[in-house]
Amino acid sequence: MPTVLRAALRRAKIELRQQLLSPMAVFSLLGPAVLLTVLYFTRDSQLMESALSLGQFLVPAYLAFGIISGGVLGVSGEITTERDDGTLLRAKTVPHAMTGHLIAKFFVSLVTTLLPLGIIIVGAGLLVDGVTPTTAWGWVRLLLLSVLTIAATLPLGAVLGAVFRGPIALLWTTMFIYGLCAVSGLFYPITVLPGWLQWIAQVFPVYWLGLGFRSVILPSDAVTLEIGESWRTWETFGVLGVWVVVGLVLAPIALRRMSRRQSGSALATARERVLTRGY
Amino acid sequence: MPGTGAAIQTRNLQMQYGATHVLDDVSLTIGRGEVVALLGPNGAGKTTTIEILEGFRVPSGGEVSVLGETPHTAGEAWRARVGVVLQSWRDHGKWRVEEFLDYLGLYYTDYATAEVSRPWPTTDLLERVGLAGKTERRLERLSGGERRRLDVAVGLLGRPEVLFLDEPTAGFDPQARRDFHELVQSLSDLDTTILLTTHDLTEAELLADRILVLAGGTIVADGTPDDLRHRMSATAKVRFRRDGQLHTESTEDPVSYLRDVLARPGEVIDLEVRRASLEEAYLALVHQVETGADTPPASFGILPDLGDPPPEADARTSEDD
Repeated sequence: MPTVLRAALRRAKIELRQQLLSPMAVFSLLGPAVLLTVLYFTRDSQLMESALSLGQFLVPAYLAFGIISGGVLGVSGEITTERDDGTLLRAKTVPHAMTGHLIAKFFVSLVTTLLPLGIIIVGAGLLVDGVTPTTAWGWVRLLLLSVLTIAATLPLGAVLGAVFRGPIALLWTTMFIYGLCAVSGLFYPITVLPGWLQWIAQVFPVYWLGLGFRSVILPSDAVTLEIGESWRTWETFGVLGVWVVVGLVLAPIALRRMSRRQSGSALATARERVLTRGY
Repeated sequence: MPGTGAAIQTRNLQMQYGATHVLDDVSLTIGRGEVVALLGPNGAGKTTTIEILEGFRVPSGGEVSVLGETPHTAGEAWRARVGVVLQSWRDHGKWRVEEFLDYLGLYYTDYATAEVSRPWPTTDLLERVGLAGKTERRLERLSGGERRRLDVAVGLLGRPEVLFLDEPTAGFDPQARRDFHELVQSLSDLDTTILLTTHDLTEAELLADRILVLAGGTIVADGTPDDLRHRMSATAKVRFRRDGQLHTESTEDPVSYLRDVLARPGEVIDLEVRRASLEEAYLALVHQVETGADTPPASFGILPDLGDPPPEADARTSEDD
């Protein structure tokens, strides 16, 4: 195994151990726990005129939201922090350590994003009917979709983290993405929104993430709540595929540019900013 | 400048951000195994210079060579031969000392040679920097001094040929400063070229074989501490009062100066003749460069022609990249 990969795995192992054994890990279980509770108590209440329960509709929404927050917001937040606290500069002073650092980050994000999703799928499957794929092909599609969506979101997170300078810019990004989640029909059917808003939502990957998960998880008659009453499977994979390519092209450029700008004085400036302003 | 035997060499190095000149013309040569202090007031361009040498900044002009390569274009194999001691702050707070060095050391395994084993084994290294008892300590629980020792350990991890330390004792209390000086002095047997920056003359004198004074974006003095002190001892400060007015003068020849003074009319009282200290000479030199005086003090002897006064610039804030 190449040294850089070996070092990256060592790092990923240490970081995962730190994260999963820290008291903060409990909070990452909070979301799934709340969702499963809601799911259980709303299992009989119907969503609009469909045969779906509200809880059922929320499961794919939460899967999509979990990937967005873990993949985009989590990664971009970490990169911004690591730039300010000197982690990235440290990596730059050691040969190949920046590459190793980013590979490790990919592994860590993969695990920390998928873990809560796994808990939801298993928990929901035990609590209520009709929220897990019913066929082997369905499970395969769920797995493929998870991999594809993570591949589409992690690089975008890295780009955002690399491009934006401080926590304030990151805050705006976060608000933009939450806004995007709100208009992308994650938490209620997108067809209740005005047409122009539907078009905007379809440009961004959030909508397609949600659609993809709904198509895999929900019973087939739930398709009546979708645009054109179709799951648009090929379009989903096509659009997400395009975002994967966009991310993979932009991420190395943005990360290299960011890495070039790391220096002791840049770090001193960041430290001064944090010590005087508090963020 | 390929093919030079020096560990570090620059010629006419320049750095400007827009209209601000941080470095005007820095030319320096540092031989292998030398321990050199780059001394200068805040904003003189010390950090900019060292970051160019570390490969973290691209100079606006001039030539630069570290271990025979141009730092900002050199590859990872070059990086493995260069150690950088950071002023770390709070990175890797949750990591433990030993696992942190073990992890970073992995990256150096490919660069081991028949003569030099790499990385430096963690246990030996921690002993060397005085952290042997802290292997399981989390980084966030180390004191400021311990943290800087760990920074030195990271810098030494790959047994570098050149080690850079930028203001290594900034923010230290006197005891931590003294401890750190002892640590740096103990590195002299390593055969590593060491370049450190400081604004503290005493520190430079204590640690370095040679001092380069950087002021106003250029090197204004270059010599061993002894050289500088020797030249300094030729200068004396003469103070006296005549007709109630205080006069002070620095001169290399106090005898003829005084003969001259006493020959003039008026009563001279409170006469005092004192050899200038190295500190005073340094401050006078810096002051002269910064205020644009024509000639630097003769006591430093080896000064290049300064030409026009370079504009003042602050390397840390003039560019937030």
